[in-house]
Amino acid sequence: MGFSTADDAGVFKLNSDTALIQTVDFLTPMVDDPYLFGQIAAANALSDVYAMGGYPLTAMNIVCYPKCDDIGVLSEILRGGADKIKESGAILVGGHTVDDNEPKYGLSVTGIVHPERVITNQAAQPGDRIYLTKPLGTGIIATAIKGEMAGPEAVEAAIKSMALLNKNACDAMVEAGVKMATDLTGFGLLGHLMEICDASGVRARVFADKLEILPETERLAAMGLVPEGAYNNREYLQDRIRIDDSLNAVIRDIMYSPETSGGLLIAVAADRYGELESAFRRHSVDWVFMGQFLEDGPSQIEVVRS
Amino acid sequence: MDNVVDARGLTCPQPVILTKKALEQLQDGYVVTVVNDRTALENVIKLAKSMAYEVDVEEKGEEYHIHIGKGVDMTRADLDHYDGVTFVIKSQFLGEGDSELGRTLMKSFFYTLTQMGRAASAIIFMNSGVALSTQGSEVIEHLHALEQSGVEILSCGTCLDFYNLKQMLMVGQVSNMYNILDKICSGNKVITL
Repeated sequence: MGFSTADDAGVFKLNSDTALIQTVDFLTPMVDDPYLFGQIAAANALSDVYAMGGYPLTAMNIVCYPKCDDIGVLSEILRGGADKIKESGAILVGGHTVDDNEPKYGLSVTGIVHPERVITNQAAQPGDRIYLTKPLGTGIIATAIKGEMAGPEAVEAAIKSMALLNKNACDAMVEAGVKMATDLTGFGLLGHLMEICDASGVRARVFADKLEILPETERLAAMGLVPEGAYNNREYLQDRIRIDDSLNAVIRDIMYSPETSGGLLIAVAADRYGELESAFRRHSVDWVFMGQFLEDGPSQIEVVRS
Repeated sequence: MDNVVDARGLTCPQPVILTKKALEQLQDGYVVTVVNDRTALENVIKLAKSMAYEVDVEEKGEEYHIHIGKGVDMTRADLDHYDGVTFVIKSQFLGEGDSELGRTLMKSFFYTLTQMGRAASAIIFMNSGVALSTQGSEVIEHLHALEQSGVEILSCGTCLDFYNLKQMLMVGQVSNMYNILDKICSGNKVITL
């Protein structure tokens, strides 16, 4: 038995055919509707398994909930989670609840993957094309929802995106023989890209004009509805990132902002991207080609328009 | 009397929300928002600028006092936002180069403008541009559509006289340099084509 770790989840090799993937993630509510929150929290937790090219087998609920609060709301959260678990093909096998003033919900997920086909963030090669399978902006819209400043179109689009499983994107990249992927969460696009650069020893170029952004995100970011995590990410990363002067502060904030249940960031060799794109089409995955990895060098990212 | 928003210790987006409420109720004077972390500082500055206010930040130890007031730019930004753009059309052709291409581009420009909702507030035709607002123009129907939707169409009177087109005007009003300058200087964004 061998043991290795990667960013998205822990991987434990059981035998030559099977490795376990284990992950845990839970969130505080970012939308008002408890059923939708349950779906989003579950999709977010399951995503780590998909990012590693695996498929989820079992899940356990993790619940923090005030004991005096309406139990009907909690059952809606759990119903949302259960529906997403079912959609993923995994089985809910239990859970644990703790009394807490602020509700939280998520999952511990166990999945499996063939040990030779684990998709990691260490396998990006110079020349690889970079794809992203969900639009950016969930962190900014979630901040705006807290402030009751997000319009219905933004809320609806963000919920739809966050609740979407990365299952189809995972199936597509596995079929196309992809070696490198990660899912976008708290470190934002640029933070997760930097992790890949560091782990793989490559540099990256981002085509900012290619990025897909959720409705209203730019307006909300311009109003200052930018989550704290975006500033932390920028503080941590900006010395190693060069952004084209013609790009405005709004798009910079969007690229640094944390995402909730974001899409898969996938690298594919420049001569194999056709297979990935046709697999995306077969699996009805929304995708953008938004960057390229470059040869070794000081680990850094440059953002250009296109 | 200044309005003070004490947003110390509040997490995002509360400082932004409270500042926005204070600004919306502000008649005149200033709002001072007090924060003690950089996220709140940057977000409140973004809010103020997006609402076209002027911002001055005073650093006091661990705290930032963000002074937000209505400056001269306020009216200008509001007009830009709500009234759209004034276009000055100085030629019957769009851009320099081949005139056939310039003619096609101009047709395409006005058609596109009709599809863009309230992008324009006024269109002013100068020099050979008046060929576009007079008989024989290929864009008359687009100009009519724009006029219907509330866009002011003005043609320079001196130019109409010079090209002997005054009787041929098909859309909008004849105007003079005084009115035209008044439009250009009104604070709306002006784009010359």
